[in-house]
Amino acid sequence: MCVVCGCAGDGGGVTMDGAGHAHAPNPYSPAARRPARTRAASAVAVDAATGDLHFGAGAARVSVPGMSQTRAIRLETDILGENDRIAARNRASFAAQGVTALNFVSSPGSGKTTLLCATIDALKAHAPQLPVAVIEGDQQTAFDAERIRATGAPAIQVNTGKGCHLDAPMVGEAFARLHGFAHAAPRSLLFIENVGNLVCPAMWDLGEQAKVAVLSVTEGEDKPLKYPDMFAASALMLLNKVDLLPHLRFDVERCIELARRVNPAISVIRLSAVTGEGMAEWLAWLDGRLSATAQRGAAA
Amino acid sequence: MHEASLAGGVLRLVEQTAQRERFSRVARLRLEAGALAGVEVRALRFALEAIAPGTVLEGAVIDIDQPPGQAWCMDCSMTVAMAQRGDACPHCGGYRLQPTGGTELRVVDLMVND
Repeated sequence: MCVVCGCAGDGGGVTMDGAGHAHAPNPYSPAARRPARTRAASAVAVDAATGDLHFGAGAARVSVPGMSQTRAIRLETDILGENDRIAARNRASFAAQGVTALNFVSSPGSGKTTLLCATIDALKAHAPQLPVAVIEGDQQTAFDAERIRATGAPAIQVNTGKGCHLDAPMVGEAFARLHGFAHAAPRSLLFIENVGNLVCPAMWDLGEQAKVAVLSVTEGEDKPLKYPDMFAASALMLLNKVDLLPHLRFDVERCIELARRVNPAISVIRLSAVTGEGMAEWLAWLDGRLSATAQRGAAA
Repeated sequence: MHEASLAGGVLRLVEQTAQRERFSRVARLRLEAGALAGVEVRALRFALEAIAPGTVLEGAVIDIDQPPGQAWCMDCSMTVAMAQRGDACPHCGGYRLQPTGGTELRVVDLMVND
């Protein structure tokens, strides 16, 4: 049998120069079935040595006129690109309205909400004219938004359901619902309290000016190294609940050293939302952020 | 499990491309998730396989490349290898490192059938 075409000839005519042997015209041969129209190049494989054309070389092993086979599409697209586009829109919207937005990230139970309530109360004396609003992220319940509203500040609760983080569209929509917030004042402060989770929120840009990682001293000093992405993404680490240090074995210096291993530029403030220790330094840091927003607004 | 959200983002990118490029099946999907991108590759693969049935990704072979981590050492003034965040510079032992490579998280290309 001929090994080239499978015909029943004896193959004796095969020659060493590759010229092959002659066949009677076969109405079922691929050549006879080939349509006159030009095919898409992707449907044809060309043997570089002989110039032979192999139709049906694709995964389906057949060639169907008018239908191309497997083809490649180059995308080179960031998976988070859509989120990042909306985050950029949020950022532009914040800048246009003089809003300083900060994204608070931490594990559950680090004291984020208590810290925000204490901060809002402290700001009433420190910067009485400054509007402050909060976007609260949790999987379920509006408990945290209710705690914020009790301080007098407007708050929007965002429940993510099974979601483990806030994303930029959620924040954009929540901000739009804070009716009139920030319109009355040249500058304002927006706290975004992310879902309590030290892993996932690190990757989602919300349009904030900075991420603030809250780490309570009851959690263990090695957290920055255990969850490095979050501390690498944050501009500030707030070491919270320092009033409890006398009762704990928590090496503050080692904790700060580990945080700087994953992020040499991270700032650190030690504070207690309960006793107010460190609150002055924290308010000064916020003042710096408000000034940065004002400068950006003036430059724009 | 933010990998589930990421898998949803991948599917949406692929479906948008399917509309634009007019294909109905993906034979092979190639992603890049760098060593410092903050993604657990096994979890991402699991999430993609979980959402694939009934979509253009059903039956697709999924390749996930993992470019190695790289960082600029501010003390050595050179690019060094970095397996994970928090690692020391292999030359000077310091930690003043700025990741420069291995942070990619993207869809590279697709092999599709019409």
